[in-house]
Amino acid sequence: MNWKVILGISKTHLLSRIKQSSVAALGVTFGIGTFITLGSFMTGLNGLLDGLILDRTPHIHIYNEIEPSETQPIALADRFANSFNVVTSVKPKKSQVRIHNALALLNHLQQKREVRGAIPQVQAQVFFLAGSLQLNGIAHGVDVMEEVRLFNLDEYIVEGNPEDLAKNDNGIILGAGVAKKMSLKVGDRVQLSSVKGGLFPLKIVGLYQSGLADIDNVQSYVNLTTAQRILGEGKNFISDINVKLFDMEKAPLMATQIGNQFDLTAVDVKTANAQFETGTDIRNLITYAVSVTLLIVAGFGIYNILNMMIYEKMNDIAILKATGFSGKDVKMIFISQALLIGCIGGALGLLVGYGLSTAISYIPFETEALPTIKTFPVNNDPSFYIIGIIFALIATFFAGYLPASKAQRIDPVDIIRGQ
Amino acid sequence: MNKSDSYVLEARKINKYFREPVLYHVLKDISFGIKKGEFVSIMGKSGCGKSTLLYILSTMDTDYEGELMLNGVKISGKSNKELSAIRNEQIGFVFQFHYLLAEFTVLENVMLPAKKLGRKSLHEIREDALNKLELLDIKNLADKLASRISGGEKQRVAIARALINEPAIIMGDEPTGNLDSKNAENVFDILKQLSVDKGMSLLIVTHDLDFAEKTDRIIEMTDGRIHGISE
Ligand SMILES: Nc1ncnc2c1ncn2[C@@H]1O[C@H](COP(=O)(O)OP(=O)(O)OP(=O)(O)O)[C@@H](O)[C@H]1O
Ligand SMILES: [Mg+2]
Repeated sequence: MNWKVILGISKTHLLSRIKQSSVAALGVTFGIGTFITLGSFMTGLNGLLDGLILDRTPHIHIYNEIEPSETQPIALADRFANSFNVVTSVKPKKSQVRIHNALALLNHLQQKREVRGAIPQVQAQVFFLAGSLQLNGIAHGVDVMEEVRLFNLDEYIVEGNPEDLAKNDNGIILGAGVAKKMSLKVGDRVQLSSVKGGLFPLKIVGLYQSGLADIDNVQSYVNLTTAQRILGEGKNFISDINVKLFDMEKAPLMATQIGNQFDLTAVDVKTANAQFETGTDIRNLITYAVSVTLLIVAGFGIYNILNMMIYEKMNDIAILKATGFSGKDVKMIFISQALLIGCIGGALGLLVGYGLSTAISYIPFETEALPTIKTFPVNNDPSFYIIGIIFALIATFFAGYLPASKAQRIDPVDIIRGQ
Repeated sequence: MNKSDSYVLEARKINKYFREPVLYHVLKDISFGIKKGEFVSIMGKSGCGKSTLLYILSTMDTDYEGELMLNGVKISGKSNKELSAIRNEQIGFVFQFHYLLAEFTVLENVMLPAKKLGRKSLHEIREDALNKLELLDIKNLADKLASRISGGEKQRVAIARALINEPAIIMGDEPTGNLDSKNAENVFDILKQLSVDKGMSLLIVTHDLDFAEKTDRIIEMTDGRIHGISE
């Protein structure tokens, strides 16, 4: 087959109907452009929301839950084995909230291949005191630089630096809500009192804002040792271990293993945020449904225009066949026209999609809930561009295929007689 | 040498029926041959089947009975693809109405069958096409759009296109049918010159007795049958 001749003919056909050809190409442009824009924007938003919850949620959270034991002592006594025992008013034993032998467990976890990091936390119930005001709160004793590395803590520190806390054993990063209620700012001092009574004056080195008011009104971060001091405990007192894996999908299995092996409570991220993935899936579904609809509409546009073109071009088809072009040549002439429309429209669509999503990424988007986000999030994933152009070519091919096959079957004698 | 070997084109007992709207036997036992360099015309009343015969001879219509030979080779029953190639290389066709691709220039129209054949370089094809246009005295129109020239000019462009691949035979269905007598004479002179100078075989359907009488042979048809051949 002589492609140069065939492409030459289809080019002339397209150019001589530049208006219709452009409309057809613009249909494709619109479809692809919207697909890319919508895809980039929606998944950008998804990523943001995912990040909001998942980035700072440990993949596995290990702690020692205070709960009544499931088997009561009477169950162990042989004498009552065959009787029906009722124990009322079961209360949990006063046990320690610490994780037993936590340092060894940490070591064990850090050595696992799947684990990106396992870091200790000490949670301490405290009162914040400033002047006569007294507020309930929680001091998280953390290894702040590790929290930054694994859970992006720095993204939620709106004033001050995590390094300042790491350097200062008497420093504290205070929840923005707490600071506001107590009219405190970075550099001020705040007193913490533990449940047991001691008073601990700390210097505010930063403010923390998660975007969730409930958290910001009680949360604060101190160094691990500070929290242990507040609780009056030693270096090996650890209340929680947060684990981040390389692959989040492995979390449920590992959580169960850890829970069973060490007799601790281990909650994985999937169980903790089950409703979350559903939202992501639905948003993705909507993106694809809308884009595919647009592309199909564009496909019908091309189908329509080529169909019309073939009726207009009956004479040309008859002449081409009479002068020795085969049915297949004629078919290729029209399919190549469809594909040219698809290529040009699709390429423009890529540009439009890129332009629009770039434009969106500059639109200001400031919300109390997301302190570090200043503009709309856009995910410039190249796969949208690849899917877009492939879909454009496939859709235009099929839109062109039917009219082109019709052209292939046209009998030149019928047309010539018709004159 | 057998007589039929010297024929460029030969029809053997061609019969054709139209089935719609009613069964109609339009061509009945048509047999004749055209020798190399011969200029033959077909005459007959309107509706006697001349165009129908020409469509069969030009291989565009394959729905017939009988045999069609081109240069001694049977071409009846060949596939559409093969027939396309035969039309492209061996048969030049000139229609009654000037069938040109309106959006292409005169030169491009003439070049197209040669480009399809793909035997020569683009440059050579261009040269050939310009030569044919010159032969027909319309070289000056080469770069005009085919839709922007007169009827007589279009007819000559169509002849130039039919000539481009140096076919074995040129067929025309009333190629002078809608030209004034002066232009018709002009086209006849060109065709005559081709047959005399270039030894080209020609088969032309015409209603014009003056035209026909100047050709080598007239095939007369009535009601789908050849009823006489006058030299
Ligand atoms: N597609 C068709 N279906 C049925 N009958 C047809 C068809 N085409 C032509 N005919 C009939 O076949 C006969 C021959 O038609 P044809 O066009 O060959 O005549 P012609 O000799 O070329 O006439 P004219 O000199 O007017 O061009 C006519 O009677 C016509 O009505
Ligand atoms: Mg006719």
